[in-house]
Formats: sequence, C-alpha cells, structure tokens
Amino acid sequence: MLYGTRLRALSIATLVTMTAALALAFFYAPMDADQGFMQKIFYIHVPLGIVALCGFVWGGINGIQHLRTRDPKYDLRSYVAIHLSLVLGAGVLITGSIWARASWGHWWVWDEPTLVSFLIVFLLYATYQPMRFSIEDREKQARYASVFAVTAGAFVPLNFIAVRLAQAYTHPRVFATADGGLPAKMQLPFYLSLLGMALLYVTLWRYEMASKNTSWQLRALRRKLAGDDAVPPVGRTAAPTLPSS
Amino acid sequence: MTTRAELPHTESPAGPTRPPSDDPPFVPLRVAVAALLRKELGLELRAPQAVPAMSLFSITTLVVFHFALQRGQVDGDLASGVLWVTLLFAAMLGISRLFVADHEEGGLDGFLLAPTDRTAMLVAKAVGLFAFLAAVEVVAIPAFALMLLGPSPPIAAYGQLAALLVLADAGIALVGTMVGAMAVQTRTRDLIVPLMALPLLIPVVIGAAKGTAPLLATAGPHSVEVRWLFVLGLYDLVFGLLAFALFDYLIED
Amino acid sequence: MAAPPAAIELEGLTRRYGERVALQDVTLTVPAGTTLVVFGPNGAGKSTLLRVLATLLRPHSGVVRVLGRALPDDGWAVRGRIGLLTHEPLLYRDLSGRENLRFHARLHGVAFDRVEELLERVGLRLRADDRVHTYSRGMVQRLAVCRAVLHDPDVLLLDEPRANLDPAAADLVEPLIGAASGRTRVVTSHDPAGGLAEADIALGLRGGRTAFVAPVDHVRNAEIGALYR
Repeated sequence: MLYGTRLRALSIATLVTMTAALALAFFYAPMDADQGFMQKIFYIHVPLGIVALCGFVWGGINGIQHLRTRDPKYDLRSYVAIHLSLVLGAGVLITGSIWARASWGHWWVWDEPTLVSFLIVFLLYATYQPMRFSIEDREKQARYASVFAVTAGAFVPLNFIAVRLAQAYTHPRVFATADGGLPAKMQLPFYLSLLGMALLYVTLWRYEMASKNTSWQLRALRRKLAGDDAVPPVGRTAAPTLPSS
Repeated sequence: MTTRAELPHTESPAGPTRPPSDDPPFVPLRVAVAALLRKELGLELRAPQAVPAMSLFSITTLVVFHFALQRGQVDGDLASGVLWVTLLFAAMLGISRLFVADHEEGGLDGFLLAPTDRTAMLVAKAVGLFAFLAAVEVVAIPAFALMLLGPSPPIAAYGQLAALLVLADAGIALVGTMVGAMAVQTRTRDLIVPLMALPLLIPVVIGAAKGTAPLLATAGPHSVEVRWLFVLGLYDLVFGLLAFALFDYLIED
Repeated sequence: MAAPPAAIELEGLTRRYGERVALQDVTLTVPAGTTLVVFGPNGAGKSTLLRVLATLLRPHSGVVRVLGRALPDDGWAVRGRIGLLTHEPLLYRDLSGRENLRFHARLHGVAFDRVEELLERVGLRLRADDRVHTYSRGMVQRLAVCRAVLHDPDVLLLDEPRANLDPAAADLVEPLIGAASGRTRVVTSHDPAGGLAEADIALGLRGGRTAFVAPVDHVRNAEIGALYR
C-alpha cells in the first residue's frame, strides 16, 4: 500500500478543517457563563480524546492482523497508530487539566471519570515503547507488541466501565459532552473539530508510515546493491523493522 | 539402507514396537495441566521462594502503612484500600518470578516439544499463581486483622470476603500470567511487570476495594454491593478470553 | 515393498534473524532410518536447523516436511515423534532425575516403567532421586539423553550429543541415540572423521548457506575443513 499518495490533499484538508473549527469555536460558539473562555478548550480536548481512543483501537486491530498473518507491515501500522495516539493522549491530559482548572479550580480532579480512565489508559500505553525496546529479538518484539496492542485495546472499554461505576452516584456529570445533548450552537464547531482531529490523525499516520516504509526500502536497496556491509547494523530499537527482501 | 522395521529393537518401549501409523500422538489438556501444575507446586514446595517472599513482603507493607498513615487502626474505605494495595504489591513479586525458572532452565522448550495444547501452560501457570496468592492471603489477612484492622467483621462477612478474594485473585492470576510471560523475555523484567500490570489491574482494584469497604466498616450493613462482583466477574471473563486467545503467541518462538 | 516416505524433506528453507540470515535456501532429503550429519562453524545455522526441525521455530519461507507433515501448520501432529537433544538439558535443577523424567513422561503420555528402564540403561538409577543440581555434567547429559528418547521418537535431533561424556558414558548412550538405534537422525558435529563415520548423508553449512550436501562417501575432509576458514 502506498502511504505517500494524497498526502498533500490530506494535509490541506486537515488545515482547512481545523482552522474552520477553531474559528467557529472562538467566534461562533457561545461563551460559557461560569467557566468563561477557558471552556472553549473543550472543542480541542474531547475530539482529541475520541480520536486518540479510536487510534488505540485501530492499533489493536492491526495487532490482530499481525498475529493472524505474521506480516510485519501490520506491526508497523500498529506501532505508528499507538505512538501517535500516545502523543495525542498527552495532549488530552494537558487540555483536560486546563479544562479542570477552568471548571473546578484544580489542575486535576478525580470527578470526571472519562479523564481518569484516560489517564489509566495513557499510563498503560506508555509502557508499549519501553517494552518493545527491551526485547531484542525483532520477531518476538513485534509479536509481543501485537499481543500488548490487542490486550490494551480490549482493556480500554473495560476500564471505562469500571471507572464510571466507581464514580457514579457520588459525582454526577456536570456538563454534557458529545454523547449527551449539545446545545445547537456548540454542535457545529464540535463536530467540525472532531473531523479535523480525525483528519490530523490520518494525515500524521500516513506521513509516518510513508517515511518509515521509504527508509526501510532504501536500506534494502542499499544492501542489495552494495552488500550487507554497506549498511550499519540496526541497533536496538523499539520501532518495527521490516524485512529487507 | 535398512529401514527401522528391519533392525532389531535394542531398547523396548513399554510395549511392542509402535507400528508406523498416521495417528498423531497427543496428550489431552487435563493431563498436561496436571503434569505442569504438579511440577509447579512441587518446585515451590521443594524450594520455596515465591510464597515466603510474598508473605513476608505483605507483612512488611502493613508495617510501612502503619507508619505512613500514622494510624494504629483503620476501618471502612481506608482498611479496604490498605488491604488491597498490600495484596496487589505482593502479587507483583509473584508475577515477576512466575516464568523465571522455566526461562532459565529451558523448561519452556521442554514443554513446547510436548504433543499437547499450548493452552495447558496458561491454565497451569494461572492456577499456580492463584494458589500462591491464596497461600499469601492465608498469612496476610490474619496479619492485617491483627495489626491494623479496627472493627471485627461478623462471620457472614467472611464468606463475602472470600467471594471477592476468589474473583479478584482470578483476575490477578490471568493478567499476571500474561504479563509474566511477556516480561520474562525482556531485559528489564522487574521494571516492566509493575508498569504493565498495575494499570491493567485497576478495574480489579476498583471492584475489590469498593466491594470490601462495607465489610470492614465499623457499622452499617456488612454486605457487598452486587455491582462490584459484576465488575470483577466481567473483568475475569474478558481477560480469560483474551488470555486464551493470545497466550499461545507469547510462548511459541 | 514400497520405499518408506522420506523422514525429512527441506526445500528452500529460509529463516532470518533480524536482518541477518540464519538459514538460506536449504534443500535436502533424509530418508527414513538414515543419519544426516551437519558440519559448520559456530553461527553457521546448525542449531537453527535443528530447532526448525523440532517445530520450535517456524520457517520464514520454503517447505519443511517431517514424517510427511508440513511445518509449521502440522507441527502439532509430529511433535510427539521428534526427540531433541541440545546444549541445554531442559531439566529442572531443583527436581530429582526421576521427577524430571516423570514430568516429561506425563507430558508425552509415556508409562513410568519406561523411565525406570532408561535410568537403568544409562547407569543413573542409584542417583535418580538426587536433585539434578548435584549431578556432574556427564550425568546431566546422560539424563538429557533419557529425556530425548523417552517417548521413543522416530526422528532424533542431536546437537553434539557426546559433549561432556567420557567413553564409558558414551558407550551407555550409544544404543539409545546411535546409528544402530534405527531412528532417523540429524547430528551436528565438529569432528569430520567421527561425524562421517556414523552418517549416511553430510551437510555443510556456512553462514546459513549450504556449502555441500552429499552422501557421505562423496565428501572429502578438505571440504569440511574449508567450512571453518
């Protein structure tokens, strides 16, 4: 599969959508009476969260494919999906913290179950790269990473349920989000932002896939043309390696 | 070139020479699990390492809690939390050691050569870990009751506590077997186990701690909310299925 | 009478290790009841070859058939008919010799009197109840041989089987794993004369690639020596 095609079109689409979404969020959407301007971070925070979680699940799906077919390309797809989602996840936690400060006055709260379960998921996926790095055998590394991706992917909904149950009846949800009922004027910027984040994720994913694929193909060509000794051996790395033939 | 059937058989198996047949030799799952469990528990009884260490660690943890919380007695939510953190951290020790003996002494290869289902290893290790956790709890829970627990729960509460322990230990055993198998191949085994296992076990902590809290309260109905048994049961089911589906990929080469 | 099917068939077997090649394009056939000796320096791929044949490693490409079954998909069907002896004895040091063999016997569905018989034959019956960590290296090797032949395998894979064995001990294990046992065998060896003497076919590996594969009478010592240069 060629990942490098349509990158320019995707990048432009992302830029346009995100700009439109942010513009709408700032100028069109209503200002929250209690929380003020900071509440608008909701338009970034929630879409980031949704896309990050979908990314983790996409990583898990590619993990299943890798285990079934043993084709290393699925391992690369899974790796890129997870590590992008982790980056987005850091963004979710930071924007979530800002939002908490705006809503409740504290930089972190345990009241919001979605944020809390996201923290747990983030902590879990943060072990993905160290685990990969500490297994030297490439094939084993890829296989174990896929098992991890599938397990963690299945864990996400389970964790969400458990944390929700733990909070229910003690701290009712204070504000409506995408699955609740959004007031009309908030819907457009929100969904546009969600689309923009999704486009951002897909674009970044394709960029990274194209980049990694190209460097492996280049390496394989070098080895074929100039012999095994022309390329330095790959040191220990957490990133997947693709076979050279 | 002589074929095998023509040569005199100098060493005899337990019966006549097996004729070349198409029947693949295969050992049923329960036989393999029994053999593995016997080895697992036999090794621990012969050279006890995991259970004494985990038990001692749990008692030490209780002492640390006393000083860290600056309390002589705990009850309710706090007691439940102290108990489950103690058990969880002791479990981390057990998980780290779970596959080490096999990995170092080539036991995994020995099993992989056997004509049996790979799932037998998962079942045997998970049951073994469950047994170790139960053995540790036999020490840790009375110690906790003696050292830190304020109220004395009624007899009825013990049965419910046992149910929670069984469900929670099953979850820990399943996750522990998976994480232990993954960790034994890494170079940073002792670091990876708690980092990976603890987030995965948070739903167990939630269900177990919330469930146990009313049992250890000074007053009020000493009964577990069914909701938490449901959470633990669901968790065990999901991870049981996951482990069954994925474990083979962890031990093959 | 029809010729029995080949015990081992390899066609273009390739197995990588990271970017390097552990085995490249290995092709050969081992008829049932014969012995293949494998020569090659360390790192040539001898152990990898044995592990692939033992169903412990999957081939990355090519065809591998053992006892008529294709690996890796049908590996489960032939596992019980293959015996492997490697550098690692695959024994638990804290269990006794007898307990180790009984563990493997249970896993292979073999009766316990076979365990006793083997212990007797390798001369370990008196020490059978001592823990393996008290055994000398020769005793461990003898016990490992018992483990390898416990289930009476049709195919024996032996990685330098006589390592750590003095002549007396080697004599004890010879009928179990030697050429006269009638099994199909794959043996790795660093000793040209000894290796050729007990084999029917010889394979020379160098850097994972086949340097030569031929019936034993067609192989000269010089060819074997060349592998190590």
